[in-house]
Amino acid sequence: MRGKVGMWCLIIAESAIFSIFVVAYLYYAGKSPSGPTPAQVLDVPYFASICLFSSSLTILLAEKALHRGNIKQFGLFWFLTLALGVIFLLATGIEWYRLIYHDGLTISTNLFGTTFYSLVGLHAFHVTVGAIGLTIILLCTLFGAVKQEHSARISVFAMYWHFVDAIWVVVLSVVYFITR
Amino acid sequence: MADAQPILPALVISPERESSRPLVQVLHDWMVTVDHKRLGLMYFSYGIVFLVIGGVEASIMRAQLAVANNHLVSPEVFNRLFTMHGTTMIFFAAMPIVFGFANYLVPLMIGARDMAFPRLNAWGFWMSALGGIILYFSFIGGFGLYGAGSAPDVGWFAYAPLTSPAFSVGHSTDYWIVGILVSGFGSIATALNVMTTILCLRCPGMKLSRMPLFVWMNSVMAALVLVAIGPLTAAQLMLLIDRYLGGHFFDTQAGGSAVIWMHFFWIFGHPEVYILVLPAFAIVSEVIPVFSRKPIFGYSIMVAATVSIGFISLGVWAHHLFTIGMTSYANAFFVASTAAIAVPTGIKIFNWVGTMWGGKIIYQVAMLFCVAFLCQFLIAGLTGIMLSAAPFDWQLGNSYFVVAHFHYVILGGIVMAVFAGTYYWYPKVIGKMMNETLGKWHFWLFVIGFHLTFDFMHIPGLLGMPRRIYTYEASRGWEIWNVIISVGVIFQAIGVLLWVANVIWSYYKGEIAGNDPWDAWTLEWHTTSPPPDYNYAEIPVIRSRRPLWDLKHPEDPDWKYE
Repeated sequence: MRGKVGMWCLIIAESAIFSIFVVAYLYYAGKSPSGPTPAQVLDVPYFASICLFSSSLTILLAEKALHRGNIKQFGLFWFLTLALGVIFLLATGIEWYRLIYHDGLTISTNLFGTTFYSLVGLHAFHVTVGAIGLTIILLCTLFGAVKQEHSARISVFAMYWHFVDAIWVVVLSVVYFITR
Repeated sequence: MADAQPILPALVISPERESSRPLVQVLHDWMVTVDHKRLGLMYFSYGIVFLVIGGVEASIMRAQLAVANNHLVSPEVFNRLFTMHGTTMIFFAAMPIVFGFANYLVPLMIGARDMAFPRLNAWGFWMSALGGIILYFSFIGGFGLYGAGSAPDVGWFAYAPLTSPAFSVGHSTDYWIVGILVSGFGSIATALNVMTTILCLRCPGMKLSRMPLFVWMNSVMAALVLVAIGPLTAAQLMLLIDRYLGGHFFDTQAGGSAVIWMHFFWIFGHPEVYILVLPAFAIVSEVIPVFSRKPIFGYSIMVAATVSIGFISLGVWAHHLFTIGMTSYANAFFVASTAAIAVPTGIKIFNWVGTMWGGKIIYQVAMLFCVAFLCQFLIAGLTGIMLSAAPFDWQLGNSYFVVAHFHYVILGGIVMAVFAGTYYWYPKVIGKMMNETLGKWHFWLFVIGFHLTFDFMHIPGLLGMPRRIYTYEASRGWEIWNVIISVGVIFQAIGVLLWVANVIWSYYKGEIAGNDPWDAWTLEWHTTSPPPDYNYAEIPVIRSRRPLWDLKHPEDPDWKYE
C-alpha cells in the first residue's frame, strides 16, 4: 500500500520534469534557423514502439503469474519484458547512430537537435534505469530469491515500468506525429 | 474504544541514554540514523546554520548600502553576496527548516512510529546536505583552486543569458546548478515521504477530517513540492545541456529563448513561495488555538482554503514576468489569478482572528510571534495585491518595493512562524522549557528590527531605487532610508543571537517541561518529552480532532459534537 502511494508520488514528480521538456519541445518546434528538420530526418519508430508497449503487457502477465505463485511463468514473462525493453533501447541507439553519422544531427547542431536528444534521451534514460531494475529482479528470480509474497513489491516496480511506457505515448506523439 | 482504554504514552523501561557513550559513537549514531525525530532535528539545525550564513551575507550587503558611494565590497563581491544570500535562504535555510518541522511532527501528530520510508528519509536529508556543501564549495572551487573566491553571481533566479558560457565563465554557475539540482532530489524524496506517511500511516480513528491542520497544510506543501521541483530540475538540466553539450535552449542566437527560462524558473518559483508559507500557516494554526484556549475556527474552511491555495499557486507564476512584455491576455490572466489567491489567504487570516476572538489569549512568546505573523503577513499580502496589478508592477518591478514585499512574506511571515514553532515545540523536542524573558527580548528586538528594515525599505523602492545595485549616488534622496534599513539589521541580528542563545541555555538550564506544558490537544503532547524512539508504546486510537481534550475531559468530549 505505502509502496504504491510512494510510487504514485514519484510518478507525479517525474511527470512534472517530463512535462517541462515536452513544453520546451513543442515551443521550439519549427523554430530552428537551420536544418536538418524533423521531416527530413525522423522516421516513426513503429517497431521499437510496439516492443515497448508490448512490454507493459508482458510485465502485467508476469505480475499475475507471481500473484498466483507461478515463479517459472513469472521469470519467463519478466525476461520477455526485459528483452523488449532492451530491443527498444537498441532501436533508439541505431536511430541516434544514423542521425549523428548519416544525417549530421547532434545535440548542438540546432534547436531541433537540442530538444530532440534531450526529450528522447530523458525518456531513454528512464528506460535504462527500468531495464537495470528489471535485470536485478531477473537475477534474483534466477537465484530463487523472488517468492509469491513479494508480489506487492514487484507490482510497485511494475508501476514504474508502466509509467515509462505511458510517457513514450506522449513523447512518440509529440516528436514523431504532431511536430514532424 | 478510546475512552475505555487510555493510551499508553511510553514504556516504563527507557533504553540507555547516550550521555554515557563516547562522542565518536554518538556522532556515528546521528550519521546513520533513520529516525524521523533525529532527521527532523538535523534538517532544522542544518537550516539554522545556513540561516546564519545567509544572514551574515545580508548584513554585509546592508553595510555596503548603508551610505552612498560606499566601497566596502567590490561590485563583483556584491553580486556574489546577493546570489548566495537568496539561494541559501530559500533552498538551504527555509526548505530544510520547514522539512524539519514536517519530519519531526507529522508522524507524532498522526500517531505513527516513523515516516513511511525511513531510509529514504535519511537519503533525502543527506542529498539536501550535499547540495548545500556543493553550493558553498564554489567559494573555493569556482575557478579551480587558484584565484580569489568565485561564488555564483547570476542572481538566485539565474536569468538567461547571464548563465550562458559566454557571460558566466568558469564553474561558479555550475555549482549553483548542481547544488540545487541535488538538493531538489532530496526535497522530492522528502515530499514523497511526507505524503505517503500522511496517506498511509494515520492511527485508527484519524480520518482525514480529523487530522490536525498542521498535517493538512504539510500534505499540501508536499504535493506542491512534488509538482513544483520537477520544472526547476528540468530547467537546470536544460541549462547544463546548454553549458556543457552546446545545446541551444536559452541561446537566442540559435533561436532559443531567454524568456522561457523565466517561465520555467517561476513555474517552480512561485509555488515555492507557498511551499514555504504553508508550513508557516501550519505552525500558526496549531499555536493560536492552544494559546487562545479555543478550537480552531472554521476547520473545514481552513482545509478548503489550503487546498485551493495549492491549486491556484500553480497558475500565478507569470506575475514575475509582467515587465518582460507579455500579451495583454496573458497579463490579464495572471493579474486575475494572482489577485484570486488573496481570497483563500484572506479567509485564513479571518479564521485565525476568529479563533482568537473571545478566547482567553495567553501572550507567551510563541503566541506573540503568531500575532506579529498575523499583522505582518496581512501587510505582505496587501503589497502583494498591489504588485499583482500589472501597471503597478511595471512601475515598481525590480525595485526595492518588491524586495520589501517578499521579505515581508518570508521574514515577517515564515520566519516569525518558525520562531513561534520553536518556542511552542522546544519543550516536546528537548523536554525543557525555553526561557520566557530571553524570548521576550528576542521577540521585541527582532520585531523592532524587522519593521525598521522592511517598513522603510518600501520607500526607496517607491523613490525608484532598483534592487541589486551595489552602490548609489548621494543626491537621490535614498540615503536616510538606507541608513534606517541598515540599522534595523543590527536589532534583528541581536534578536537571532538571543534566540540561538536561548535554545542552547534552555537545553542545560531550562525548567523541566513535562509531557504537556501548554495543556494542548494534539497527539504529540501525549507521549513523553522528548518522545521515545518508538513514539508511542501503543498506537493511539482517536475519536475527534482534539484527542487530548477527550482524554482530559471525559465528561464533555469533542466527539459528541463532531
